[in-house]
Amino acid sequence: MSLTPADVKKIAHLARLTMSEDEVAHSAKQLSNILELVAQMNQADTAHIDPVANPLDLSQRLRTDAVTEPNQRDKFQKIAPEVQDGLYLVPKVIEDGQ
Amino acid sequence: MHYKTIAELTTELNAKKISSVELTQFYLERIKRFNKQLNCLITITEEQALNAAKHADEARAKGQAGRLTGIPLVQKDIFCTDGIKTSCGSKMLDNYISPYNATVVEKLNAAGTVLLGKANMDEFAMGSSNENSYYGPVKNPWDLERVPGGSSGGSAAAVAANLTPVATGTDTGGSIRQPCALTGISGIKPTYGRVSRYGMIAFASSLDQGGPMARTAEDLALVLEAMAGFDERDSTSVDEPVPDYTKTLNDSLTGLRIGLPKEFFDAGLDSDMEKAIQAAIKEYEKLGATFHEIHLPNSGLSIPAYYVLAPAECSSNLARYDGVRFGYRCNDPADLEDLYKRSRSEAFGNEVKRRIMIGTYALSAGYYDAYYLKAQKIRGLIRQDFTEAFKKVDVILGPTTPTPAFKLGEKADDPISMYLSDIYTIAVNLAGLPGMSIPAGFVKGLPVGMQLIGNLFAEARLLNVAHSYQKVTDWHTKIPEGF
Repeated sequence: MSLTPADVKKIAHLARLTMSEDEVAHSAKQLSNILELVAQMNQADTAHIDPVANPLDLSQRLRTDAVTEPNQRDKFQKIAPEVQDGLYLVPKVIEDGQ
Repeated sequence: MHYKTIAELTTELNAKKISSVELTQFYLERIKRFNKQLNCLITITEEQALNAAKHADEARAKGQAGRLTGIPLVQKDIFCTDGIKTSCGSKMLDNYISPYNATVVEKLNAAGTVLLGKANMDEFAMGSSNENSYYGPVKNPWDLERVPGGSSGGSAAAVAANLTPVATGTDTGGSIRQPCALTGISGIKPTYGRVSRYGMIAFASSLDQGGPMARTAEDLALVLEAMAGFDERDSTSVDEPVPDYTKTLNDSLTGLRIGLPKEFFDAGLDSDMEKAIQAAIKEYEKLGATFHEIHLPNSGLSIPAYYVLAPAECSSNLARYDGVRFGYRCNDPADLEDLYKRSRSEAFGNEVKRRIMIGTYALSAGYYDAYYLKAQKIRGLIRQDFTEAFKKVDVILGPTTPTPAFKLGEKADDPISMYLSDIYTIAVNLAGLPGMSIPAGFVKGLPVGMQLIGNLFAEARLLNVAHSYQKVTDWHTKIPEGF
């Protein structure tokens, strides 16, 4: 499996990363090499093997739907890049008049 | 005062030969003296350490001291520490003062340990050389031109240079065992689910597991007992009682069946390393163990499967770093997408980006079955190999790494050759098994690590097997020159 520069740009967008043209070319080569390594998996016949998500085959526990954490908004917002009146600020998402 | 085990330090603390404050000052002095050279700590918590030591001395005076009260330690900078910078080796979290403690931190604090500082590491635990840290590479105390291994390289170098008696690490594909091997110390990666992952910054959630790194198996037993246990805040934590690991350390090895995987003694293994491992085998025979050749036929597929599973899980886990609620934010974002993209691109290092890209691709529409599902099935094959092996043997023994510590920069531009340095450790994570690395000799002045692999929840047995070897050998007592 070999990735083209166009593939790399698409993946970068899905991953919310930006890349220069140089980085795209370099990445296409490196990522293709890694996928070549990964392709060794195809040598194995796994037709009758169940996939393993948890090595102990345990499923995740559920907890009762109850409030267990105290409100620590002020503490959490102290480390935020930009807050105002208890809200996290980001660039405007909805245009005026929409 | 130099190079004492935790048990020895506790004896001296109890006998009032030394106070915890004095002990803490001793290690802080050493950190100040050697950290510039080794770069093994990102943050030094001097003030908190001296406070905690004072509390430990007070507790001891009141007769309330436990087995770890007043023992200094270093936390890998992947464990969240309330009010203390927790960077995970990344520019992304360079400004992150954690608002809470990881369960491991809570437990070790409750046990009375004294936090000396936070250890350097490969960014988000992705790496095998500690060269992927935003804070620069860690140096191996045995040879400052060589890597200490990774990702828990700072923890390993700090213990090896005696800047702390013990450190915590995490192991997703070998990140405790490989650095232990390269720096000549002991470490254990417990069974998946044994140690809580709450507050341990996530890399690959189905593989990540925390554990202690120290000089001896006995010290690991003491610290693992304090770290392990059920935690309702970790949805994959296992509700199994934690035994007193020190009680079984001296059990006899007579009749112990040890398996030697043929695949771990292949052409890729350095021949001098093999000689060191063969010498260890002779020691175990003297202790009454018997050896049996075993096969792990699918172990060669562990690296390909790992480089689907780990990147896929990392791409999902690292999606949270968006520049909105905490961590790095780029300057003057034009819009929300620009905020996400530039914050992430400016703050993640190359290896992290590489793995996010691979993972994003593997999980993108249409590729799931070919990559993630296939890798999970390979995981099933690898686990089956171990299940078969443990029908015939009690413990598996082999090298931890194919070569001793390599040079800084040697593999930095070649991701695949770096990935292959974890060839003997990754299968253990895929199967969720406990694994250890202990020192077993030297090749050209560089430490050799021996790996011991046990069945699920066989930590006590592994520590017993490691301790028995350390009673008849002195590799674990060797110290790098100049430290």
